[in-house]
Amino acid sequence: MDVLPALTARARSTAHPQGGACGHSDTVLAERDDGTVVRHGDTVAKAHAPGTDLTELSPRLTTAAGLPDILLAPLHPSPADLDGRLVTFWPYGTPVDPDAPEDAPWEAAAVLLARLHKAPVPPGLPPMRGPARAARAIARLHSAGPHPAAGPILRAWTTLPPWARGEAPLPDTTTLCHGDLHLGQLVRLPARTGPWRLIDVDDLGVGVPAWDLARPAAWYACGLLPPDEWTRFLTAYRQEGGPAVPASGDPWPALDVPARAVTAQTAALAVAKSVAADRPLDEVQQAVVDACDRMAAVPPELPPRSTT
Amino acid sequence: MQCPKCHAPMHTYNRNGVQIEQCSGCRGIFLDYGELESLTRLESQWSQPAPPPPAAPQAYPAAPAPAWGAPHAGHGGHHGHYGHKRHKGFGHMLFSS
Repeated sequence: MDVLPALTARARSTAHPQGGACGHSDTVLAERDDGTVVRHGDTVAKAHAPGTDLTELSPRLTTAAGLPDILLAPLHPSPADLDGRLVTFWPYGTPVDPDAPEDAPWEAAAVLLARLHKAPVPPGLPPMRGPARAARAIARLHSAGPHPAAGPILRAWTTLPPWARGEAPLPDTTTLCHGDLHLGQLVRLPARTGPWRLIDVDDLGVGVPAWDLARPAAWYACGLLPPDEWTRFLTAYRQEGGPAVPASGDPWPALDVPARAVTAQTAALAVAKSVAADRPLDEVQQAVVDACDRMAAVPPELPPRSTT
Repeated sequence: MQCPKCHAPMHTYNRNGVQIEQCSGCRGIFLDYGELESLTRLESQWSQPAPPPPAAPQAYPAAPAPAWGAPHAGHGGHHGHYGHKRHKGFGHMLFSS
C-alpha cells in the first residue's frame, strides 16, 4: 500500500495542529524500502519500514529524546500508527549538500560520534543493526543474479567473523552506536546555521563503535576519500575521546573488520543496482569491488583484546 | 602456522610492507629472519625529520591504511579517484545507506 498520501496528511496536521491554509509545499525527502520521509514546513514525518518492531523502535526513540545535544530529538516521544506502519515526527534540519561533499562537516560528525559512543546506554536498547544491514545487502546481491563482481564480494564477505555478518551476537554490548553513519545522517538545526545533529535512529543500538567509523574508513581505504579528510575525521574523533580506536597509533586493528564489512555491503548494493538498471559499474563502484578483491588475500586484522 | 606458545592458529598481517604473523589466541607476534630489522628501519625513518614532499605538499602526514587498501591510499599525493575534481558517483555514495 502506498503510505505517502496518508503520511503527507499527518506531516501537515502535525505542522499545523490548528488546521487552516498554509503556503508550505510537501516534499518527499526519501521513498525507499527502509522508510518513507515527507517534509511539510518545519515538520518531518517518517514512516518506518513495514514490519518495524515497536518494542525496538520505542527505546531507540527514547534514546534520541534523551540525548538532544547528539541526536535530533523527535517531536513526540513515541511512534504513531498509520495503517499498520509506525510513524515518527521530527523537526526539519538542513542536511549536508550532496552536491558539495567537500564541505562535509567531518569534525562535527566525528565529535557527535565520540559523544554518542561515550554516552550511557539506556536500558532496553537492542543491538545496533549495522551488521544486519550489511547482511541484507549481501542477500540482495545473491538475488540479483550472476555478475562478475559477485565472486570477489562474496569472498571478501566470507573473510569476516560471524558477528560482522550479522550471524552472531555483537562482541560489545556496552557502547551506544548509530549503526548506519553516512553523510546523509547529519542535519543542522536551526536550518543552515545551527549545530549539527545525527538523525535516523532505526539502526541505533549497543554494539561495536568502530562500525560508525567504518564508512569513512572504507572510503579512505578504497582510495575515494582524500587522506586529509580522513585524517580530519579521525583526529577529531580521537581528540573528543572516542573509544572506538586507540587514542594514538594505528587505528586499523580496530577498524579493519567493520571497514571490510561496509565495503562489501557498498559493493553488493552497487552490483544489485547495476544489474537491476542494466548498466555497468561506474569507476567509483568498481574501486569498491576491487577493494573486495584484494581483501580475500589478506585475513582481517585482530583488534586488541578487550579488557571489558 | 600454529603458535609455538599456545598452539592457536597464526594469521599473517602486512605492517608497512613487512609480513608478520600474529597468534589469534595469545596475540603473540612471530617475525621471520630480517623482519625485525625491517621494522626497526621503518621506525627510524619514521622518527627522522620528514623529507620535503616530492610533489604537491600535503597538509597532513600519510595516514596508515589497511593491507587491502587502494594502492596509493595512505601515501599522500593526488592518486586514486579523488583529486581536484570530485567524482559524482562518490558524492552519491557518501550519502547512501
